[in-house]
Amino acid sequence: MTTADTPQTWDEFMEGVWRQNPVFVMVLGMCPTLAVTVSAINAISMGLATLFVLVCSCGLVSMMRKVTPKEVRIAVYIVIIATFVTAVDYAIQAISLALYDALGAFIQLIVVNCIILGRAEAHAAKNPPMPAMINAAGMGVGFTIGLLALGVVREILGAGTLLGVTLFGAGFQPWVIMVLPPGGFFVLGAWLLFFAWLERRKLRRSAQLTEVGQHV
Amino acid sequence: MSESAFQIFVNALLANNFVLAMFLGLCPFLGVSGKLDTAFPMGVATTFVMLVASLCAYGLNLLLTAFHLEFLRLISYIVIIASSVQLVEMVLKKYSPTLFRALGIYLPLITTNCAVLGVALFQTAREYDFVQSMVFSFGGGAGFTLALVLMASVRERLTLSNVPDLAQGTALSLMLAGILSLSFMGFAGLGG
Repeated sequence: MTTADTPQTWDEFMEGVWRQNPVFVMVLGMCPTLAVTVSAINAISMGLATLFVLVCSCGLVSMMRKVTPKEVRIAVYIVIIATFVTAVDYAIQAISLALYDALGAFIQLIVVNCIILGRAEAHAAKNPPMPAMINAAGMGVGFTIGLLALGVVREILGAGTLLGVTLFGAGFQPWVIMVLPPGGFFVLGAWLLFFAWLERRKLRRSAQLTEVGQHV
Repeated sequence: MSESAFQIFVNALLANNFVLAMFLGLCPFLGVSGKLDTAFPMGVATTFVMLVASLCAYGLNLLLTAFHLEFLRLISYIVIIASSVQLVEMVLKKYSPTLFRALGIYLPLITTNCAVLGVALFQTAREYDFVQSMVFSFGGGAGFTLALVLMASVRERLTLSNVPDLAQGTALSLMLAGILSLSFMGFAGLGG
């Protein structure tokens, strides 16, 4: 990598992390997002597993992009993704059985995470391996951040802990609904509202600035 | 596992509703639930794919277990699902082109609907026998349809009401889904 293309590479990476964040901007891959984020540690593990599958499969899809017939490309992508997911599935089982039980079927369900197939189709299939993997890594990191944002809020509100450490005194009443299914919907909805509000405020600021500029 | 078929059905339909309690199949749930006219057929198509996929997955699992090829399970399940979606797509295209166009991109996306793969994976994990698997997938599909139809009806009404701009779109749908999910929690314990 030369220094000349570093800004562009960085840009490519940041696209997935921030501007096109898969969780908050594109609202993709909702099923694992909501299902496993009952605690921060689950969220991180799920994010990292997805990141690994995303980078590996986008790399491979990109390497094979010239030999893949257009008609069967989706099938090829899915088989590639499923292979990596199987690897991750067995790896997590070997590393921590407790974690494996907590994530349950959702590790295998990474296969049908729309983010991965979406990246393979929209980016990896058209670009050489290196940019494809960088882009995928950005998306994966963005996804992990999104999961973490949900997991942290839900764990603090619903159990009064963060990464298993108790945060509040004995008087804390856990808001149980937050670790139950409805909590997932509410917290994600609230995050989306927050980002919409930020966006709105930014727009209004820049509108005011231009207005002032015109008057002067 | 000695649940009766009825218990499995009620559990999959209400208490453990695929969409609202287990978070499976959220993409079409948020994507297609804008209009009642498309929500219902989408639910039926998904249910059909689930039944076919569950049937094939059951047979295939016997085969894989017999040859000790369990590590191929995920790959073969997803291939089966992709082919059953293709089947539904061809049937719909021939018999109801309008519906085919209305469902659009969401039809091939049934392949990546977690609910379909979820059915296949859960029935394997819980070691359901043949009848239990079929009942489970039908209950799951019916539950998915129910959630989709409920959501679509509420969203159709909401287009007429005055909602703050900021909350328009996905945030609003998510809040709605949360409230629906909250009410479905009332069914907990129903299936015993």
